[in-house]
Amino acid sequence: MSRRITIDPITRLEGHGKIEIFLNDQGDVDRAILQIPELRGFEQFAVGRPVEEMPRIMPRICGVCPTAHHMAATKAADAVFHVEPTPTARKIRELIYNTFMMEDHTLHFFFLGGPDFVVGPQAPAAERNILGVIGKVGLEIGGKVIRVRRECRDIINYLAGKVIHPVCGLPGGVSKGLDEEHRVQFLETAKFAVEFAQFALQIFNDVVLKNKEYVDIVVGDAYKIKTYYMGLVDGNNKVNFYDGAVRVVTPEGKEFAKFKPSEYLDHISEHVEPWSYIKFPFLKKVGWKGFVEGNDSGIYRVAPLARLNVSDGMATPLAQKEHDRMYETLGGKPVHNTLAFHWARLIEALQAAETMVQLLEDKSITDTNIRNIPTKTPTEGVGIVEAPRGVLIHHYKTDERGIIQEANLIVATVHNAPAINMSIEKAAKAFIKGGNVSEGLLNMAEMAFRPYDPCHACGTHALPGDMPLIINVYDKNGELIKKLKR
Amino acid sequence: MSSAKPKVAFYWCASCGGCEESIVDLAEDILKVVAAVDIVFWPVALDFKKKDVEAMADGSIAVSFINGAVRLSEQEEMAKLLRRKSQLVVAHGSCSHLGGIPGLGNFWNKETIFRRAYETTPSTDNPKKVVPLEKTVVDGKELTLPRFYDTVYALDQVIDVDYYLPGCAPPRDLILNAVSAILEGKLPPKGAVLSPNKSLCDDCDRNESKPDKLTIKEIKRPWEVMLDPEKCFLAQGVICMGPATRTGCGERCIEANMPCRGCFGPTDQVYDQGAKFLSALASIMETKDEKEMDKIVQSIVDPAGTFYRFSLPTSILARKRMEAIK
Amino acid sequence: MSNGQFEPRLVGFLCNWCSYTGADLAGTARMIYAPNVRIIRVMCSGRVDPQFVLKAFKEGADGVLISGCHPGDCHYQEGNYKALRRYKLLSKMLEQFGIEKERFRLEWVSAAEGIKFQAVCNEFTEQIRKLGPLNIGPNGGKHE
Repeated sequence: MSRRITIDPITRLEGHGKIEIFLNDQGDVDRAILQIPELRGFEQFAVGRPVEEMPRIMPRICGVCPTAHHMAATKAADAVFHVEPTPTARKIRELIYNTFMMEDHTLHFFFLGGPDFVVGPQAPAAERNILGVIGKVGLEIGGKVIRVRRECRDIINYLAGKVIHPVCGLPGGVSKGLDEEHRVQFLETAKFAVEFAQFALQIFNDVVLKNKEYVDIVVGDAYKIKTYYMGLVDGNNKVNFYDGAVRVVTPEGKEFAKFKPSEYLDHISEHVEPWSYIKFPFLKKVGWKGFVEGNDSGIYRVAPLARLNVSDGMATPLAQKEHDRMYETLGGKPVHNTLAFHWARLIEALQAAETMVQLLEDKSITDTNIRNIPTKTPTEGVGIVEAPRGVLIHHYKTDERGIIQEANLIVATVHNAPAINMSIEKAAKAFIKGGNVSEGLLNMAEMAFRPYDPCHACGTHALPGDMPLIINVYDKNGELIKKLKR
Repeated sequence: MSSAKPKVAFYWCASCGGCEESIVDLAEDILKVVAAVDIVFWPVALDFKKKDVEAMADGSIAVSFINGAVRLSEQEEMAKLLRRKSQLVVAHGSCSHLGGIPGLGNFWNKETIFRRAYETTPSTDNPKKVVPLEKTVVDGKELTLPRFYDTVYALDQVIDVDYYLPGCAPPRDLILNAVSAILEGKLPPKGAVLSPNKSLCDDCDRNESKPDKLTIKEIKRPWEVMLDPEKCFLAQGVICMGPATRTGCGERCIEANMPCRGCFGPTDQVYDQGAKFLSALASIMETKDEKEMDKIVQSIVDPAGTFYRFSLPTSILARKRMEAIK
Repeated sequence: MSNGQFEPRLVGFLCNWCSYTGADLAGTARMIYAPNVRIIRVMCSGRVDPQFVLKAFKEGADGVLISGCHPGDCHYQEGNYKALRRYKLLSKMLEQFGIEKERFRLEWVSAAEGIKFQAVCNEFTEQIRKLGPLNIGPNGGKHE
């Protein structure tokens, strides 16, 4: 007897989604489809607005990665006005950006993706959350995670006004500078961030890599698809979050394309299906062949694993060591195992933290020349950054007064939409058999989308029932200032 | 789970997730809150489903915090469901309070938004002009999507709302105060916006820098001039919505040296934030010469999109005339 | 409605000292002119809050008129200049809402200009008759 299972809404990620799983007469999975039932229309209602307001409007696409949209919009506005930010403004932007990457990535691991591993994929739902993680690895972590998140967000609050929907980006620079007092204070946070990132990798090592059962899941076929990969790289082909050229590699890891942001239309097209509001990007030069893997299909992936796959390495030393360890463990580049996104994410967090330290150790970041006033007539421009969840493209066309006439956006998670669909279907087919549909098995299917961190690291406090919790809260000197018990 | 603790639900309509993040930003303070309540529905974080809410008795949820504007039929259904099941509903954040940024879609309609998203964007490859449909059949299986409306609505345009938590996103102090007030039963009269009833200028550090008679000779866009970090923006000729915006945000944008864009909405005495700001701006455009007036008006490049940045759906006109949309 | 043709519903905000008196003059002199303007008396054209104009359109007006003293003659010195500045900015903004410039009008009518008031009413009415009804009506806020 055929059956249909609807998971609605899917949970512990951003936004709205439902998964429809169709079983055949034998009770095996025939098809699994992820539908995204939401659309707001930013590409249309940007029309008529001044381009310098885009960095204030576009972050409302996503309240978890607003900094990514803010930065992409600001860079696109730079391009529209044919103006570069001053060197100091660029450093400030990079500081804000790397701080954001660091806190966002580590939060995802502890609150969203991590629990599946640390506690166990088929553990009771009530334990698959931060409390379960803490139960496994110790209470001090809760305090550390809250502290690193708060301190990093304080940096962004100071420089950009609000961490949820930052405001400081202007074409040609930023609105606020950094003074010496805050440089010194933030440098302490940056150093703590490096420590914390290493600590998170250590946890991953102890809890996941030393557990054979998990390693089997990571390298197994259920969570593996062979696709192209896309990410930003700097002049040395190393991973860069803020700026660079877009590089694409084949499923074998060979460079397939490398292009400037302004050339993205030559390489990326989007396919439409009538059963979802989201679009499905693919490589124009390969073509759309449906939801299939391999070299003949234009489907590609973005975000942490993809960025590492397309690069020749990390841009900072400690992260580079971890990068080498991952590829050694998983058998060389490129790695196709979807669950390795979690590992790559922590390596990126380390690079982000190391970059924060580099920027803050450079005293020239306190220089007061933070704005270049645009003088050229605005026309058209593209801004690309690496959001935590992938390549983020903002493209604006304006009239001679800088009023938006047309806007095009390709937003990080969208690039992964085809791959997420395929990953869910593959996992569902692997785990749901003979009509046996337990909650734990459904979670195995959901584990197929979580590594992509589909845009909502609102990692949070799923605190069910009577689990005791003690949180130690430390001030910036490491002094215990509060002990919370429930 | 103790049944004596009040039940709380969180839901998001056409939302960016920032209001969910604002709850997480309560940081340590969230624990005191969470210890005192039972969260029974929160899709971003917990695995409760819609059918779990449907199974609850009407009025059994003490308070539902609903963020996001209403743009799709599913969002309206969920808002109505939670209204039935809750004693109190709080519109959380600018989108549910005023319509928010998604409200800018009210200068357009479904047809134009779909056409842009699925047809005319330069990266879209869709020669057959496929668009998302409410019902489709794939491999013999029927799939459904909620209906996309022509118009965006604020929450109180679809359900009865008890209180409003303003801001995009609301700052943590405001949220904490609101939650404490609810838990202690010390709420103002129904319909109140949970932030002081005065304008931003009252609390702004730059207020004292205003000259006795504030006049604007020329409007400057923020990218055109170096922004003085101590002087009132309007005195610099830069549009700042402060005079027409409710206070309570801590002037976070002003501290980052950028002008206010009005996310808290107007004070109690005002129906239409955009119109009030237009009035204020016209008052300080100090000239009697018609040509100069025309020049200043010319330099205000997007009045509707600036003055109604967050409040278009709840403004008097609410949307652009449908017949005028191409 | 006369002869089944569209009868514009127009709202006019007239200042007490000049324009309302001028309109009164047109009336007492038995001048004949289009009856389509519903008059609301305000003390000064500068009293007209943009919210009034928007409300008038929303409640069904096909056109809105503001009328005040000639520049330099305002009973309160400069109220009419304020009205003029508001009018220009509001006019520009209304276009973004799809409300044509022609539907919103500002005129200076003095206490002696009954004839001018007659001309304005006739002209405005015919202009809006050609343009057609505004159709944004009072049922907004209620959704599909």
